[in-house]
Amino acid sequence: MNSNHTLRDSILWGLGFALMIAALAMVFVYVPTEKHGGIVQRIFYFHVPVAWVAFLAFFVTFISSVLYLWKRAIKWDAVACASAEIGVIFTTLVLITGPIWAKPAWGIWWTWDARLTTSLVLWLIYVVYLLVRSLAADPARGARYGAVIGIVGFIDVPIVFLTVNLWRTQHPTTIIFEGGLTTTMLITLLVCIAAFTVLYVILVIRSAGLKTMEAEVRRLRIMKAE
Amino acid sequence: MNKEIPASSNRAVEARGLEKTYGEQYALRGIDLTVDRGGCLVVFGPNGAGKTTLLKILSTLVKPSAGSVWLDGIDIREKPSQIRRKISLVSHQTFLYDNLTVFENLKFYGKMYDVADLDKRIREVISWVRLESRLHDRAGTLSHGLQQRASIARAVLHNPSILFLDEPDIGLDPHASKITGDIIDGAGSDKRTVVMTTHNLERGLELADSIVILDRGKVVYEASRSELSGEDFRKIYDRYTVTGG
Amino acid sequence: MNRAFLKIITVFWKDMLTELRTREIIISVLVFALLVLVIFSFAFSIATDMTETVAPGILWVALTFGGVIGLNRIFAVEKENACLEGLMLCPVDRAVIYWGKMAGGFTFMLAVAVVVTPVFLALFNLPIFLPRLALVIVLALVGFASVGTLFSALAVNTRARDIMLPILFLPVVVPVIVSAVKATGPVLVGGPWGDMLTWLQIMIAFDIIYLVVATLVFEFVVEE
Repeated sequence: MNSNHTLRDSILWGLGFALMIAALAMVFVYVPTEKHGGIVQRIFYFHVPVAWVAFLAFFVTFISSVLYLWKRAIKWDAVACASAEIGVIFTTLVLITGPIWAKPAWGIWWTWDARLTTSLVLWLIYVVYLLVRSLAADPARGARYGAVIGIVGFIDVPIVFLTVNLWRTQHPTTIIFEGGLTTTMLITLLVCIAAFTVLYVILVIRSAGLKTMEAEVRRLRIMKAE
Repeated sequence: MNKEIPASSNRAVEARGLEKTYGEQYALRGIDLTVDRGGCLVVFGPNGAGKTTLLKILSTLVKPSAGSVWLDGIDIREKPSQIRRKISLVSHQTFLYDNLTVFENLKFYGKMYDVADLDKRIREVISWVRLESRLHDRAGTLSHGLQQRASIARAVLHNPSILFLDEPDIGLDPHASKITGDIIDGAGSDKRTVVMTTHNLERGLELADSIVILDRGKVVYEASRSELSGEDFRKIYDRYTVTGG
Repeated sequence: MNRAFLKIITVFWKDMLTELRTREIIISVLVFALLVLVIFSFAFSIATDMTETVAPGILWVALTFGGVIGLNRIFAVEKENACLEGLMLCPVDRAVIYWGKMAGGFTFMLAVAVVVTPVFLALFNLPIFLPRLALVIVLALVGFASVGTLFSALAVNTRARDIMLPILFLPVVVPVIVSAVKATGPVLVGGPWGDMLTWLQIMIAFDIIYLVVATLVFEFVVEE
């Protein structure tokens, strides 16, 4: 068992490291400065992958929550929680990098467009997810409640996005991003997405593994307490 | 935990390998017990031994962390609604709504349990517990002792074949105590199976067919009534319970 | 199937009876909702002369906040009376309990809306009789009740339960709030059905989705 994990971990770390270096190189050296956005526009190559990973993280939480309620195996709860934590961190980054990019680029901090609004609502839902877990009377209940919120919250995401989208298309105010991507930009973006996805996978495996071990320690401690 | 063969239906209550943990603490460890049809099992133990948790698990209110429970031969995980029809719990919580009258409370539970001839049945159980005069008073206006009586009426309304009683002697006047005793003995219907927890060693022994002593979540002593005599039991109890009392 | 429906009514009726006896609760919630309505109308008319444009928003802020407080009642009443376990002991599907409670929560919020809405319409000098508005309100409150009942059961067993329900509930019902506000606009100015249609569809979809999801998931919240 150990050797398999080490091999897998080595591959992931190696891959992640390589991709990150490539990403940094491409974002700061390879890809040319975009016409409209100037240098600040390069945040785009972090903002988009981070948003993608956040969404992926909450999707993983959703699936793990369903699996936990079904199978009641601790590892599914560990994955759900770990993924949600990472998701919240990444969503926070989205909400920070968004305005940092928007202000110099378009002169505004915030706009109620579909993507940004959905990110905000998502952030709120999963912060509450973490809060409920920490405020639950005991870990088993926290896991159960978390699973319910993980399911209910995720189902909401497409509905929120659709609704806000419909609302905003009726009143277009700011156009956030127009124009297509050149090939260099596209390749850079894809490399960044790959790099952040691998980072996410590494983080989730580590964190979920830790949580599972913590649960095991608790279980052993209980058994030992005669 | 080994997957058990289904219990024989001579046993009204059967538990194997019950465990319950709350966070870092275990409330119950490795509990096995059986109660035959019509029998009365009394569970003794000091405070915090896990008596209430045990009753809650047996009455399907709480899921065990491990182990299985069969009531009337049916695994409680399989047909919960069917089983709940046949059981009842009396605890220090009365399960009565303060702002509804005793009658309205009974009417509510009667409907939830599909009790036939509900009005007639309500009058019947109310006369058993001698609460006719307060039937149309709000439950919250009754004294604690009378509320307990009303709670007993609620518990036997649907004629359960298995009765779980959590320290039923607390807060009851001697009159109500007698009523409870009668109900346990099966006044007005076939003999019920009873699982009861209590602190009162004498009273418990009087009613018991078999007894079990719980301490810190484990069964530390078990015996049938015939094996025991009154004076010995106090000594046995003190010997087996570390916390004693 | 029939019996399940009857038991839903039994739970619902029990809650109605209890709430009728404790009239102070509904009166306080009503007063709160009216206060929210008045303060927001007041604040916005200080800021601008064109409060008609924000009127739908004001109405729905009042109904949402009044609604959240009302939703707390759904399981608080069980907790107060220590009766939750009594309900759990009953031989009923957990979904039956959910639907009985949901119906009660919806009715409670509807009662608040029935008082708050005419006051709102009067404050803005709008016609009082607006059946289309009733439709919007009903659809939105079903959405609130479907999600709120589920979360009320969750919050009642969590520390800081009074604040738990709002923070769980509000982000999830954002689509309902947006749709309700957008649908209310055309009603108030006498606009065509076409302007409202998409929003009504969103609310209907939300209601159906969440009624189904909550029914499936409710037992996991109330099991011990």
